[in-house]
Amino acid sequence: MAITAIFGARVKRKEDPRLITGHGTYVADITPPGTVYVSFLRSPYSHALIKRVDAAKASALRGVLSVYTGIDFKGRIGAVPTGWPITTDPPIKIPEYYPLPLDRVRYQGEPVAAVVAEDRYTAKDAVAMIEAEYEPLNAVVDQEEAVKSGAPQLYDSVPNNTSFVWHLQGGDIEAAFAKADTIVKQRLVNQRLQPTPIENRAVLALYNQGTGDFTIYATSQAPHIHRLLLSSMMKIPEHKIRVIAPDVGGGFGSKITVYGTDAIVGLIAQDLKRPVKYVEERSENFLSTTHGRDHIQYVELAAKKDGRMLGVRVTSYANLGAYLSTASPGVPTYLFGLMLSGAYKISAVDCKVYGVLTNTAPVDAYRGAGRPEATYLVERMTDLLAREFGMDPAEIRRVNFIRKEEFPYTVCVGIQYDSGDYINTLEKALELADYKGLREQQKRLRENGKLIGIGISSYVEMCGLGPSRAVRGTGFALGLYESAVVRVHPTGKVTVLTGTSPHGQGEETTFAQIVAEELGVSIDDVEVVHGDTGAIPWGMGTYGSRTTPVGGGALALAARRIVEKGKKIASGVLEVAETDLVFERGRFHVKGAPSKGLTIQEVALSSYQSDRLPQGVEPGLESTVFYDPSNFTFPFGTHVCVVEIDRETGVVRIVKYVAVDDCGRQINPLIVEGQVHGGIAQGIGQALYEQSVYDENGTLLTSTLQDYALPTAMELPEFLTASTVTPSPHNPLGVKGVGETGTIAAPPAVVNAVVDALSHFGVKHIDMPITPEKVWRAIREHSR
Amino acid sequence: MKLKLKVNDYDVESEVEPRLLLVDYIRERLGLTGTHIGCDTSNCGACTVLVKFPSSKRFVSLKSCTFFAVQADGCEVKTIEGLSKEGKMHPIQRAFWENHALQCGYCTPGFIMQAYSFLEEHPSPISEEIRRGISGNLCRCTGYQNIVKAILDASKEMGVV
Repeated sequence: MAITAIFGARVKRKEDPRLITGHGTYVADITPPGTVYVSFLRSPYSHALIKRVDAAKASALRGVLSVYTGIDFKGRIGAVPTGWPITTDPPIKIPEYYPLPLDRVRYQGEPVAAVVAEDRYTAKDAVAMIEAEYEPLNAVVDQEEAVKSGAPQLYDSVPNNTSFVWHLQGGDIEAAFAKADTIVKQRLVNQRLQPTPIENRAVLALYNQGTGDFTIYATSQAPHIHRLLLSSMMKIPEHKIRVIAPDVGGGFGSKITVYGTDAIVGLIAQDLKRPVKYVEERSENFLSTTHGRDHIQYVELAAKKDGRMLGVRVTSYANLGAYLSTASPGVPTYLFGLMLSGAYKISAVDCKVYGVLTNTAPVDAYRGAGRPEATYLVERMTDLLAREFGMDPAEIRRVNFIRKEEFPYTVCVGIQYDSGDYINTLEKALELADYKGLREQQKRLRENGKLIGIGISSYVEMCGLGPSRAVRGTGFALGLYESAVVRVHPTGKVTVLTGTSPHGQGEETTFAQIVAEELGVSIDDVEVVHGDTGAIPWGMGTYGSRTTPVGGGALALAARRIVEKGKKIASGVLEVAETDLVFERGRFHVKGAPSKGLTIQEVALSSYQSDRLPQGVEPGLESTVFYDPSNFTFPFGTHVCVVEIDRETGVVRIVKYVAVDDCGRQINPLIVEGQVHGGIAQGIGQALYEQSVYDENGTLLTSTLQDYALPTAMELPEFLTASTVTPSPHNPLGVKGVGETGTIAAPPAVVNAVVDALSHFGVKHIDMPITPEKVWRAIREHSR
Repeated sequence: MKLKLKVNDYDVESEVEPRLLLVDYIRERLGLTGTHIGCDTSNCGACTVLVKFPSSKRFVSLKSCTFFAVQADGCEVKTIEGLSKEGKMHPIQRAFWENHALQCGYCTPGFIMQAYSFLEEHPSPISEEIRRGISGNLCRCTGYQNIVKAILDASKEMGVV
């Protein structure tokens, strides 16, 4: 039975058999008897007064049960809250945000009315029959335009459409710039993206007339937060709502957000006393599920002529969309600004962020959330600086890196990086990519008119969100600890409850590995339960690469408590002193007499029989832990991208992609690699293909997968991945988190490669996504 | 309209609206929810199933979100639920498991059905052909690398059998 080294093994995922045989259960798959369906009428205008909504014809359609507009919920439904009202001076302005607006819409696709019908087709028919009249208003979609005087105003209460101005300062920025030999300046656009989980959002609400309880199945990354915010919007006490996130088909941040539609569906279930289901269509997902990124940044980097970077000054205009969504104020501020010195010893940072409201879909977290925007800035500027001095981009990074021996390292804005060996990942990546050889090849090919470019990106990110004391200081409404329960049953089988809510990250496996390792039981004997507020203690959910560092940390501690208690019980049963017992491979035995002992399964049974328990030991073998980490974790690494550019068409092809990541100790390298692959794919998507495009009227032009360029298998190369291991001292497992490294590292690696390929033309920068047209134009302009 | 077809080796007969999409028929009428919907423009392929038309001898992949149920009249349809035999996974399914070719799993049934159809026509493909063969299916989690590997592995195993 002895299980060893399950922690760190490439274990096949426990969740896979159900998912590959078609027996997963996603929200849309659940249809209790009597289920009725909601379809929303959505505004075709991005900014308009609602003059009239006449649902008479729609209501009369056979099969339609009810039609709701904003007025029907007036006073009954609460505002959609933001959970991260950051602290600024003057205070952040939070405009009213109702699930169904009463008189005005502020982005295209905002719901205006909800139809309930016996089936989905009828509900859609009825939506088309609603007569809605609008008075269009001027719209503003660009954040730089929105803050100008004379721009259309979204709210009387938010002058200049500016919700907040956030200012972060660390070190002496004036001194840094005064000492500089050179200052490199660049305007960088980190374009708006659509997170695009393949599963659209869905919600199914059941109301129990007997108890007054609600059960709400939702595509959620954080069911407890979902419940809390639903309680606030529905005005139903929290303990009367149970939120269940069953299998969830990806989220990438967009399913952290809690949407007004879910509260509407819940209240309709109460009205009709029938199960009510709403499943978003892809175009609705693109129109109204939160988008990500969308910064326009003005950057100045001060440096000495030996390449040492001294200070970064940033003014960023963050497009927040029409309303402040669940986490939106914190994403372009804290999650961005705190990372502006990257992996380098930059002694001063000055960052001003304008949080701007526009007539576009709300913007919130998208995989990486703030940190990709920071890393892209730092890594692009580093390359621009290297270029200025004619330095090799690898060399300038070596010069500036925080050294291994300097950790823990407190950066100028005050956060403390846990551990790292940045040069190590850089050198390893360069070696795997054959950097020297590539440079020679590049030179040769250039002589033949061929364009290849090599891009490096060395990142560090802030993960494992996070220590509650730190996040509360930023205005985050709650702490960011995590809960875990380890329940050993009388038979010795184990159920694990986690407050995190994985939706593809594989924690049913990695968490079972943690517990199997700690308790010395078979991984097959451990079941991980997640995503049900009815079963699981309060949890903060899955995002920010926090699941394993924080949720896994909680779990390890809970398992260790089981061992502590088990030892007490074993000492009672075996009638030996606790101090004379050791726990090894799932068995408590007497020191020096290994034959005298009890397995954890036997101890579990004893704990429930309870007749031989030592004084003061309660029956049962179960532990609950709420774990609040002492600090964030800081994964790091270097990615190298090699591109080939067709000078006639401007098409960029990635010919090599090397990723060396350090996420601390790895529980399951198979899953770690998968996370890295997926992140890189999304990062390449941002660099080369993806962009949300609104026209000047606020009409989303990328509202289908026909128009929004999600990479297919044809666009992506084979990734070469490797890792180094620098444990984090900040959690019980030494893990750091790996979910976001790819989206953080890849965009600058790719863009640096493209610019490198074109550098001899004098091209210094191209904004993402680097389309063939942009490349072609850049070559043209600089060839003249 | 009357609809008569075979789904996963079972004969089924239904009365359906002409506008009912095949994917909704499969999911809602037959309760086979392993076939998913990720878009409605036949871009994502989450709804991919196999269909054998009366005139044809082999199953071909088809995006069931842009196909009316009545168009499948007289056809044989195979969904992800019909791929395992006697509780034993199909080699493609096994290869997806072995190679960590899925994360959230939502696109996976579509990919597996597409891989089935692709391997029927290309029994011993190289990676580039696989990438082209699955380019009508979207995955947002895996970056495709392990999916390509899984299909390559499956092709080898199926070749041996």
